[in-house]
Amino acid sequence: MGDLLIFVNFYLLPGLVLGSIYALGAIGVSLVFGILRFAHFAHGDMMTLGAYLALTVVAVTGANPMLALPLAMIGTAIIALGIDRWFYKPFHDKSTIVLVIASFGIALMLRSLIRVIWGVEIESYSVGISRPLVFFDSLRIAERHIWIIGSTVVLMLIVHWLLTRTRTGKAMRAVSDSPELARLTGIPTERVIKATWMLGAALAAAAGVFVGWDTQLQTTMGWNLLLPIFASAILGGIGRPYGAMAGGMVIGLAEELSTYPWIGTEPLLSPGYKTGIAFAIMVVMLIWRPAGLLRGRVY
Amino acid sequence: MTVLTLRGVTAGYGDDAPILHDVSLDLQPGEVVAIIGPNGAGKSTAMKAVFGLLHLHGGQVWLGDEEITGEPPERVVARGVCFVPQTENVFPNLTVQENLEMGAYILTGPLDDRLDHVYGLFPPLLEKRNQAAGTLSGGQRQMVALGRALMLDPKVLMLDEPTAGLSPAYAQQIFELIGRINGAGTPIMMVEQNARQALSVAHRGYVLVDGRNRHQGTGADLIADPEVARMFLGG
Repeated sequence: MGDLLIFVNFYLLPGLVLGSIYALGAIGVSLVFGILRFAHFAHGDMMTLGAYLALTVVAVTGANPMLALPLAMIGTAIIALGIDRWFYKPFHDKSTIVLVIASFGIALMLRSLIRVIWGVEIESYSVGISRPLVFFDSLRIAERHIWIIGSTVVLMLIVHWLLTRTRTGKAMRAVSDSPELARLTGIPTERVIKATWMLGAALAAAAGVFVGWDTQLQTTMGWNLLLPIFASAILGGIGRPYGAMAGGMVIGLAEELSTYPWIGTEPLLSPGYKTGIAFAIMVVMLIWRPAGLLRGRVY
Repeated sequence: MTVLTLRGVTAGYGDDAPILHDVSLDLQPGEVVAIIGPNGAGKSTAMKAVFGLLHLHGGQVWLGDEEITGEPPERVVARGVCFVPQTENVFPNLTVQENLEMGAYILTGPLDDRLDHVYGLFPPLLEKRNQAAGTLSGGQRQMVALGRALMLDPKVLMLDEPTAGLSPAYAQQIFELIGRINGAGTPIMMVEQNARQALSVAHRGYVLVDGRNRHQGTGADLIADPEVARMFLGG
């Protein structure tokens, strides 16, 4: 197998898959931060929730995870609305640190609830080994990777359409720009907040399903992805959904490509340090350009 | 009938000491009313009191014959009172057209007529309509802010220092537009730093000092008043 094919099969494609997952999670984190002004630490566990909802659909119907995806997204969006209604909304007029702490609480509650309902065993959507599709004799792509990257592209186009073509989407950008002016303009902030939760949670659920499909389902899967997802949102600029998409892709690719033997024959970075990449990028961005690549808000 | 009335309003931010003390203002149909006074006199605060953005310790706000004291801003806007704040008065990452559309958020149905009307008042905005509002010059941004407020065809227009930070030429243009908008029948209440010009466009004026009513009268009377002239009009 040529060097290029090794690069594509084992570094570039996994990087794009990881980037898709980070991007989908980061859009929600960035929107919630932009509109509700707090770091939502339960976002990772919303991803886990989406993944496990899809697991139930897959187990009951025997369907492909792709078919379970829309149901998992809708279910997670509804649960997020409930969480906002009963746990976050009562604190809307409090200082944002109260909401941050509340979201920590929600993260713990969601994870415990998932353990109670689905158990603590490691789960998987499929049994057995699926053979990758082979193109041009040697380009091997797992079918799920095509689905994951393809659906991410579709979801991002939908997000773009929502934010630029629909009234509520434009209002979300307006509230993110200036909440005070939005109120003075007559935009119903509560409705915008609900839309934000639905969109953010649905995308988080999609990211969760993709993680579970690509690897396996564990109750800590979402929590463990929180750091790279926040790093992606910060890299792109807080409150900038397009920045979050780009930031997620950059960090996903950077993590995977950092282990490629760029110099000599040894991996540039030992795979054990892969997760440090996101942290390093976040630290550098916060020092060098805290507003992010797309000039988001600085608090 | 009076369009907008503030009656004995005492108000401030949160539970802090009030900034306004027993302030009364009114706006009659078809009028332009200017509120002038030194920095920190509570001019902008008086406008915010109409939008429920303050803590009212006392007094009432009436729109026509309906009391709107303490109503949240979105309700007041829905009643047809539109406000252009002094700073941060556009959504910088939205295009010019999206800014205007947000002004009419509460309207359902097509906005083409309203957009045509606003682009008619501010022709320079038409060619920039797909540009982010944050990239415009100060004067054009002020046009976007005014246009956004006019999208609803407001019953009352409230402007907080519409010419602050603008070049004299642009300020002149904004004052002319204010005259035209008012000429079409919209009553306007504005706070202005630029006292002489504001009083010359306004039918009536109020002078606020230390959060209290100090003088009131027609624009011409206030310009002629020696004390007002000495304090705010530069001699």
